[in-house]
Amino acid sequence: MYAQMVETGLKQVLTQDDMSDEERRFQASIDAGIRIEAKDWMPEAYRKTLIRQISQHAHSEIVGQLPEGNWVTRAPTLKRKAILLAKIQDEAGHGLYLYSAAETLGVSRDELLAALHAGKAKYSSIFNYPTLSWADMGAIGWLVDGSAIINQIPLCRCSYGPYARAMVRVCKEESFHARQGYDIMLALCRGTPQQKAMAQDALNRWWWPALMMFGPSDAESVNSAQSARWRIKLFSNDELRQRMVDQTVPQIAFLGLTVPDPDLKLNPETGHYDFGAIDWAEFHNVLKGNGPCNRERLRTRVKAYEDGRWFRDALVAHADKHIDKPVAA
Amino acid sequence: MNHLTTYLLRLGDNALILSQQLSQWCGKGPALEEDMALTNVALDLLGQTRLWLSYAGELEGAGRDEDALAYGRDAHDFYNCLLLEQPNGNYADTMVRQFFFDCWHYFLLRALLASSDQRIAAVAEKSLKEVTYHLRRSGDLVVRMGDGTDESRAKTQGAVDELWMYTGEFFIDDAVDAAIAADGVAPLPSSLRQPWLNHVSQILSEATLAPPAPDAWMQRGGKQGRHSEHLGYLLAEMQFLQRAYPGAEW
Amino acid sequence: MHKEWPLWEVFIRSQHGLAHKHVGSLHATDAEMAVNHARDVYTRRNEGVSIWVVRAADIVASSPADKATLFEPANSKVYRHPTFFPMPDEVKNL
Repeated sequence: MYAQMVETGLKQVLTQDDMSDEERRFQASIDAGIRIEAKDWMPEAYRKTLIRQISQHAHSEIVGQLPEGNWVTRAPTLKRKAILLAKIQDEAGHGLYLYSAAETLGVSRDELLAALHAGKAKYSSIFNYPTLSWADMGAIGWLVDGSAIINQIPLCRCSYGPYARAMVRVCKEESFHARQGYDIMLALCRGTPQQKAMAQDALNRWWWPALMMFGPSDAESVNSAQSARWRIKLFSNDELRQRMVDQTVPQIAFLGLTVPDPDLKLNPETGHYDFGAIDWAEFHNVLKGNGPCNRERLRTRVKAYEDGRWFRDALVAHADKHIDKPVAA
Repeated sequence: MNHLTTYLLRLGDNALILSQQLSQWCGKGPALEEDMALTNVALDLLGQTRLWLSYAGELEGAGRDEDALAYGRDAHDFYNCLLLEQPNGNYADTMVRQFFFDCWHYFLLRALLASSDQRIAAVAEKSLKEVTYHLRRSGDLVVRMGDGTDESRAKTQGAVDELWMYTGEFFIDDAVDAAIAADGVAPLPSSLRQPWLNHVSQILSEATLAPPAPDAWMQRGGKQGRHSEHLGYLLAEMQFLQRAYPGAEW
Repeated sequence: MHKEWPLWEVFIRSQHGLAHKHVGSLHATDAEMAVNHARDVYTRRNEGVSIWVVRAADIVASSPADKATLFEPANSKVYRHPTFFPMPDEVKNL
C-alpha cells in the first residue's frame, strides 16, 4: 500500500517458545487489543518494522504531492485550483503526522529523509507514474486515495497508539480526497466527448498501477504474517485489493467508462469480481527505481532539501542568537 | 470599463498572480512545515481572488464570472502590480516579495474596512484576518533570514535590492485611484506609502539589512496592463486548458 | 555543519473543547515558529483555538502508556468536507 512489502527482518513468525518473558507479555497485550504507546517496552523487531512502515507511508505522502503539484498551476477553474491546493496541503500534513508518529519510535526526521534521498527507503510505487492530463487529477483522487482509504481505515485500529491516532486524523481528511477525485471524473464524463475520452485515458493508465498499490499476494509472506500477529497489518494484500475492485467497478460503470481489463467479470459464486493478471514484473521494477518517474521524483525531493539547507540553517542560527527572544502574543 | 471594475480587477489580479506563483512551490519548499504554511497563504489569496473577481464580473455586467476573467484575458488586460510577477527565485526572493506585498496589502485592507462600498468593506474584513497573519509570518521570516547566517543575509539582501524597484508601483496614484478615492471607496495609494515605509524599515533594521533608498527609481505599468515578460508565460500555463477546450465545463 | 530543527510536541484546545489535547509534533527552531507552524499544520487556521507547544525534550512522561488522545481536525474550508461533494445516490463507497 502506501507502505508496500515492509520488511520485519524475521525469517519466520515468532512462536511462544521463541519469545522471552517480556516478548510474551508484549504479545499478550497486543492479543488483548491493548495499545502500545511510545514509552512502552517493545521488541526491537516490532520497533524497526514500525519505523519502516510508518516512514514509508510518510515518504509516500510527501512524494505524492509532486504528481498533483504538476497540475495545480494548470487547474481549469479557480474552484478546482483551490480544491487541489487544499488536497496537496493535506498530503503534506499527513506526511507530517506520520513523521511525528515515526519519531516517537526514537528516529529523527532527518535520518528518515536521508534514507529516502539515498534510495534506501521506499515510498508507494504509484507515485512513480506521470500525470499527463487534468483527468489524472480525478483518477488519482478517486483510485489512489480511494485505495489508501481501504488500507488506512483498518490501521486506525492497529496496535501502535501514535500510528493509529495519526490514521484516525488522516482518514477524516482522506474521504474528501476520494470524493473530489470522483467529482472531477463525473464532470469530465458529463462533458464533451473530448473530456470523456480524457477520463477514459486516465482510467486506462491508472487502473493497473492502483491495483498494484496493494502489493503482491502475501499468502506465503512471513513479513505479512508477523505484521498481522503484531496487529500492524490487519488484512492481506489480496483481501484489500479485492475490496477495492469490488467497490470501484460499479463506480466506473456509473461514469459510463470501461474497465481496462477484458478479463474482468463478476463471479456469481463468490459475488466478487474476478480480474486479469497483474504485471508484477512492472511493479517490482518500479519499486527498484525503474518506473517512469522514479528518478525525477527523487531528484526533485533531494533538490528541495539541498536547496533549502541554507534556509533551515539560517533559522537555527537566528534562534541561537536570540535564545531569550520573547514570543509575540 | 468603469473605474470601480478596474480597481477590483487590480485587487483580484494581485492575489491571483501571487497565489499562482506560490503554488509552484508545492512539494518543493525548504521544510515540510514551510510547504504547508506557503500553501495556506496561496489558498487564502486564491479565496480573495475569487471574491474580488466575482464582484468585478458582476459590476461589469457583461456576463463574465471569476473564471472567465481569470482564464480569458490576455496579459495586457491584467492589472496586477509588477512585483507579483517577478520570478520565485530562491526562498529569500519569494519571502521578500511576499513581505513587501503583505505589508502594502495589510495597510490597504485596513483602510478598506471604511470603504463606502459595503461589499468591499466586507471582503476586506475577512481578508484582513488572513493578511494580518501573512504579514506577521513574512516579516518574521525576513528577520530570521536577514539575521541568520552570512549566506542567508546575503541572499535576503540580494532579494531586497533586486525587488525594491517594484515596490513603488503600489503607491502611485492614477486617474482610477483618484476617482475611487473621491467616492470614498478606497484610500489614495500614496497615502499608504509612509506606513509601509515605516514598517518595512523597522523589519529590515531588525533583520540587520541595509534599506535601499526610498526615492529610488521605480518600475511601473502593471496596474495599466503594461507588464514584464514573465506574465505571458505565467498566463499561458494557467489558462491552457480553458483555451484548448473552449466552452467546456470542469 | 548544520543542526536539525528541534522537535516540538503540539497540544490543541479546540473552540468547544475543555482541555488541550496532544495532536502530534513538528520541527521548529523556537517557540514562536513552533506556534506558527502548529497553527498551519494542526488547525488550518480556525478561530478561537488555543495552541500549546512544548519542546519534546522537556516533556517528562510517566512509565506505562499515556492515555489515548483523539484528533479533531479543524477545517474551515467547506470543500474539505466530504459532504461538499454530493455523490449520486447510486454510487456507493464514496
